[in-house]
Amino acid sequence: MAAVEVPRSEQAFLEYVQAGGQVETTDWLPDDYRAKLVKFIEMHGNSELMGVLPEREWILRAPTLQRKLALTAKVQDEVGHAQLIYRVVEDLGKPRARCLDDLISGTSKFHNVFHYPTKTWGDVGVIAWLVDAAAIISQKALLKCSYAPYARIMKKICWEESFHILHGRDVILAMVTGTPEQFGLVQEALDRWWGPLMQFHGNPIPADDDPMFRWRIKSQGNEEARQQFLDGYVPQILELGLTVPDPKLRKRDDGVWEYTEPDWDELKSVVTGHGPRTAERLAFRRRFIEQEQWVRDALLVA
Amino acid sequence: MIWEIFRQDRKGQPFEHAGSVEAPDAEFAEAWAREQYGRRGESVALWLAPREAIHAVTEWSDEFDLKYRRVDGYSIKARLKEARERASAESG
Repeated sequence: MAAVEVPRSEQAFLEYVQAGGQVETTDWLPDDYRAKLVKFIEMHGNSELMGVLPEREWILRAPTLQRKLALTAKVQDEVGHAQLIYRVVEDLGKPRARCLDDLISGTSKFHNVFHYPTKTWGDVGVIAWLVDAAAIISQKALLKCSYAPYARIMKKICWEESFHILHGRDVILAMVTGTPEQFGLVQEALDRWWGPLMQFHGNPIPADDDPMFRWRIKSQGNEEARQQFLDGYVPQILELGLTVPDPKLRKRDDGVWEYTEPDWDELKSVVTGHGPRTAERLAFRRRFIEQEQWVRDALLVA
Repeated sequence: MIWEIFRQDRKGQPFEHAGSVEAPDAEFAEAWAREQYGRRGESVALWLAPREAIHAVTEWSDEFDLKYRRVDGYSIKARLKEARERASAESG
């Protein structure tokens, strides 16, 4: 059979990806598509790299050796994801060193949820369970990404995330079946994280107006992802006796979840570098990138 | 130097492209690939190939109309129908 030709005009390319077509690094890519891919995938890489910091802070304070080991494994997984993801960005034309420069200078972004403090062990549980749950919904939708090299590494990433989410659930279950103080820590953490969790999938712009969806970089719209999150996880939260801190939250008869409008100004302010821990975490990352320069110099001289 | 990584899920299964790593030599690439694709025992084997050593083929032409080599080169539906009708008319 003749080869599938990737169209060489922007309009035909758009139709090709919208019909489910996938492309490789070596194919002709429209400039706008390439630019959007770099922006999207780079932010994902940044988020993996910054996402380890809230949990890293708890490795030494984790309650048991088993928990310390599990957190360490998660941190290794996520840094590994960042490495794979930055490789994909490099093949699209932006070197990893420049991605890291843009990250620590605040030019590029990372996900809102990694700009907040992890106050107690309850926060660690809520992050590991619900933040990862929200993330895996976005990530599963990337398995069908029109850019095939990205879709392929997502297989490994999603597979490892399923371990993370179970680890988070296990932490939460240990606490909700523990003392009233432990249960209280989970509820307080849920109260703190609910806002950022509801903002996580972004504002509900129609999917067809979202350039990332139009190019089929992601395969679902923001609101669709949030509805999926609510549908999957609100019942799991409630069955543990926890309360979701939103009096307006309810599932309508037609299956759609209603909720209090998330604070989009907060989302915008946080992701543009004004979150409660943004500066501190970027400074930490900067210090390590500088401190470890000799490792890269020594290993990559060849 | 970029190394393409192919991994095998189970003995006997095909090797599938899984991603790439940057490493100056095979030894370092192996260390990387083992961490990325083997630390949970998820692969039974890996192939590491320098990207420039891969000879890729993506252009195909069919000037000679090679349909006769494929199942879609044979459309038997109409003729089968005709043959069945003829057979039933003769026996009836």
